Amino acid sequence: MTVLDVRAWTVVCRFDRLLPERGVAALVGGEQVAIFRTHDGALFALANRDPFSDAYVLSRGIVGSRGAVPTVASPMHKQVFSLVTGECLDEPGVAVPVYEVRVRDGDVEVAVP
Amino acid sequence: MTTQRQLVVVGNGMVGQRLVEAVRQRDPERRWRITVLGEEPRPAYDRVALTSYLTGTTEAELGLVPDGCYDGDSELVLGEAVTRIDRDARVVETSAGRVVPYDALVLATGSRPFVPPVPGADLDGCFVYRTIDDLDAIRDRAGHVASGVVIGGGLLGLEAANALLSLGLSASVVEFAPRLMPAQVDQGGGEVLRRKVEELGLAARLDTATERIAAVDGGLRMSFADGSSLDTGLVVFSAGIRPRDELARAAGLAVGERGGIVVDEACRTSDPSIWAIGECALAGGRVYGLVAPGYEMAEVVADRLLGGDAAFLEADMSTKLKLLGVDVASFGDAHAATADALEVVYADPVGGVYKKLVVTDDASRLLGGVLVGDASAYAALRTMVGQPLTDTPEKLLLAGPSTSDLGDDAQVCSCQNVSAGAIRSAIHDEGCADVASIKACTRAGTVCGSCVPLLKTLLTQSGVEANPALCEHFDVGRAELFDIVRVTGLRTFSEIIARHGRGRGCDICKPAIASILASLGSGHILDGEQAALQDTNDAFLANIQRNGTYSVVPRVPGGELTPEGLIAIGEVARDFGLYSKITGGQRIDLLGARVEQLPAIWKRLVDAGFESGHAYGKALRTVKSCVGSTWCRYGVQDSTSLAIMLELRYRGLRAPHKIKAGVSGCARECAEARSKDVGVIASENGWNLYVGGNGGFRPRHAELFASDLSDAELVRLVDRFLMFYVRTADRLQRTAAWIEALTEEHGDGLAYLHRVLVEDELGVCADLEAAMDRHAGSYTDEWAAVLDDEEKLSRFVSFVNAPEAPDPSIRFVTERGQIRPADGAPVVAGPTLEVVRR
Ligand SMILES: Cc1cc2nc3c(=O)[nH]c(=O)nc-3n(C[C@H](O)[C@H](O)[C@H](O)COP(=O)(O)OP(=O)(O)OC[C@H]3O[C@@H](n4cnc5c(N)ncnc54)[C@H](O)[C@@H]3O)c2cc1C
Repeated sequence: MTVLDVRAWTVVCRFDRLLPERGVAALVGGEQVAIFRTHDGALFALANRDPFSDAYVLSRGIVGSRGAVPTVASPMHKQVFSLVTGECLDEPGVAVPVYEVRVRDGDVEVAVP
Repeated sequence: MTTQRQLVVVGNGMVGQRLVEAVRQRDPERRWRITVLGEEPRPAYDRVALTSYLTGTTEAELGLVPDGCYDGDSELVLGEAVTRIDRDARVVETSAGRVVPYDALVLATGSRPFVPPVPGADLDGCFVYRTIDDLDAIRDRAGHVASGVVIGGGLLGLEAANALLSLGLSASVVEFAPRLMPAQVDQGGGEVLRRKVEELGLAARLDTATERIAAVDGGLRMSFADGSSLDTGLVVFSAGIRPRDELARAAGLAVGERGGIVVDEACRTSDPSIWAIGECALAGGRVYGLVAPGYEMAEVVADRLLGGDAAFLEADMSTKLKLLGVDVASFGDAHAATADALEVVYADPVGGVYKKLVVTDDASRLLGGVLVGDASAYAALRTMVGQPLTDTPEKLLLAGPSTSDLGDDAQVCSCQNVSAGAIRSAIHDEGCADVASIKACTRAGTVCGSCVPLLKTLLTQSGVEANPALCEHFDVGRAELFDIVRVTGLRTFSEIIARHGRGRGCDICKPAIASILASLGSGHILDGEQAALQDTNDAFLANIQRNGTYSVVPRVPGGELTPEGLIAIGEVARDFGLYSKITGGQRIDLLGARVEQLPAIWKRLVDAGFESGHAYGKALRTVKSCVGSTWCRYGVQDSTSLAIMLELRYRGLRAPHKIKAGVSGCARECAEARSKDVGVIASENGWNLYVGGNGGFRPRHAELFASDLSDAELVRLVDRFLMFYVRTADRLQRTAAWIEALTEEHGDGLAYLHRVLVEDELGVCADLEAAMDRHAGSYTDEWAAVLDDEEKLSRFVSFVNAPEAPDPSIRFVTERGQIRPADGAPVVAGPTLEVVRR
């Protein structure tokens, strides 16, 4: 049996375009996606919208860690979100969507459902 | 071995569960065998946090029953209500026909929401808000309808209304009383609250009685006493609670006239082997609808069951909560019920602040108060209830109390009932040196946390070294980190954190280290790894605004601007459609620039001879000045020239916080220099230097540091002062707070600075001056450097895959001929609501 990969992957930029421990924003199928590269070269993608301020700014937050979890802090009011799950670690119950992201042939690709 | 006695607990709610844990803790020999009978189908959960269940918190996360809590000596029976107490046979019967004997019986049955006898209140689509099952039902219904109404504008009603908003419904609140939260706030506070709540998207109908609810096509129609009506998809009743005393009533135990099982100080009912705790109990003539008094009752009964003599006297009903992002607090005699009490009120309806203190008729003692919009003084004020006033009521209202004169018996933590004396003894006798250990030792600050600022103050006052750790990644504070970086010569974050910290940093330590590196002169702030350390303002060399756009502020040294310069700025503003405003620091602020516009804007400004104004940085901001002796008929010195000289010397200096300065040409002080970190005022014989002033949240006047200085002497002293501040202050500590901290450490902070910076007691002055000379000598304009660097420029894009496309979420409307951000959806401080944890 063949399993079809039905997700649509969109190329957003070259991997080298991403600075370690900073984010960029991309426009994918009408959604604003924040893409982050951590110091070990891993990639994460969250919705760019900060649910607290309603501004599309998460890509411009400071990347770091809390315990073992890689994080980004909203540049607006500094709430910290897990890059892995999108959950806000300062305000239980708040989370932002996470998207799949991968590197193929040096291109960063994001899947937005 | 003695035989075990049998304890039966009716109700596995918050308080019933606490009782089990309290007994287990005090009863290591297992003298009691415990059976808990709970009617709900699930073990006890955190009802206080119930609303978070709608925004993603799971049932398991809300759970309050620790693993292994029920073992061989205790059992928990769920989904079975107790239907009868047989006091003669000393047994209870359950809905499943189980008969359980008891030696001691504790009723912890809580309360049920009161549903007023409105015709139609039992229709499909009408709900109450108390259990997880209630919320499941509300969520189901919310999926099919567009709006909801909450009947009752009290604490819980507002929380429920916010929950409806978070479910995507439009929501309104109908309240019988003329104001919201009638039990907690007075009319003035209620008015401020209503405005704030309406700004956030919640409609409030006050003074409104609901007469009838009827089913209409696809929903419900509510009819009100004034003849009007409202159609809605669902109705939630939140009109108060009633104690669940039916079992007790049927068993012939004494109950109050308005409900509640009567208990004495021991929480014992009229039958000595039956106790009642939590919301079902009427203690001291009062039913407590908060969890903390219930917990206290549980502790009392646990103690009594094991032979103690603890008593439940009276609980503090003070509340502080954040409701839809608005701080609300009330404490003591908030409604001025005491005979002849005086009320002192401060109201700023525009700013959304309302504060009231209730004092005795001679204004000698504090009785209570209400705070809406700004509840920062709550913790300290609450402890002063009943105590002599330490200041005039007006001062207490505006500035908040000082904590130094907190008596030993003042209650600091009302949730766990801990006094200032107990905390002082934990610090001195138990060696608690930080807030965490005080919490562990006294339990103060562990429930609602509102007293944590007081705990910190008590620690500082006790002279105990507060834990200096910057954050979870570094165990040292900023000053120590500065020395480490300076001495070791490490110049990258990765090296610094690898050697002296752990993890990958955060929004606290990264900007702190970025600032330290910048103060030590490490090239452009966006070079290499430094780029990843900067806060968004420094990363884009502009100030982020609430809609994600940025403001642009060119440097205007001393506030002196040529007509050509003014025209150039005006043209840039016009061509990029920016909002223009004059700042308090004599600059021109251009707002509404999108990230991708910043380089083009700055290209124009740099070409016109401007440079970065560092309005975005924790750095020297402005040196404000008057026209001085050059023009002014009163001026005694040339304040403008001095201001320009100082601004050009210290521009770009990165510091623990922003630095502002001012120079006035005579004692009339038109430049408001004494509200600055560094203030210079002309005297007949030279310059007087003032330090440590600031405006803002806690205004402070700068204090005189040295008088009659020449230009050169002044510059040397300011060099030393600023560089010493840069090296030794804490992160985000303005000079005023730094000097206060020096006072705590060395006695008089200003005198200490005089010894170090004038008398050179530590022998550091030459080094400080040299460091400042290096700074001034190596200054370059950050923006000009970015414009010359393709790689850095490439970061100024809206989208990495559509660099020129403007962010579609940014929208403006026009007001008084200029743009301003369009108001979008209501901004709620958080989908979950922190409530009434006292
Ligand atoms: C949405 C919401 C928010 C709140 N927020 C706050 C807050 O911020 N701060 C605060 O202090 N308080 C708050 N409260 C109030 C707080 O939850 C209560 O004070 C607390 O739960 C009281 O505990 P209890 O054990 O007395 O009652 P409950 O927690 O109600 O427990 C009683 C239990 O007994 C069961 N029971 C009743 N009769 C029987 C029977 N015959 N047989 C078996 N079982 C029975 C019930 O089903 C229930 O499970 C809030 C309440 C709600 C609903």
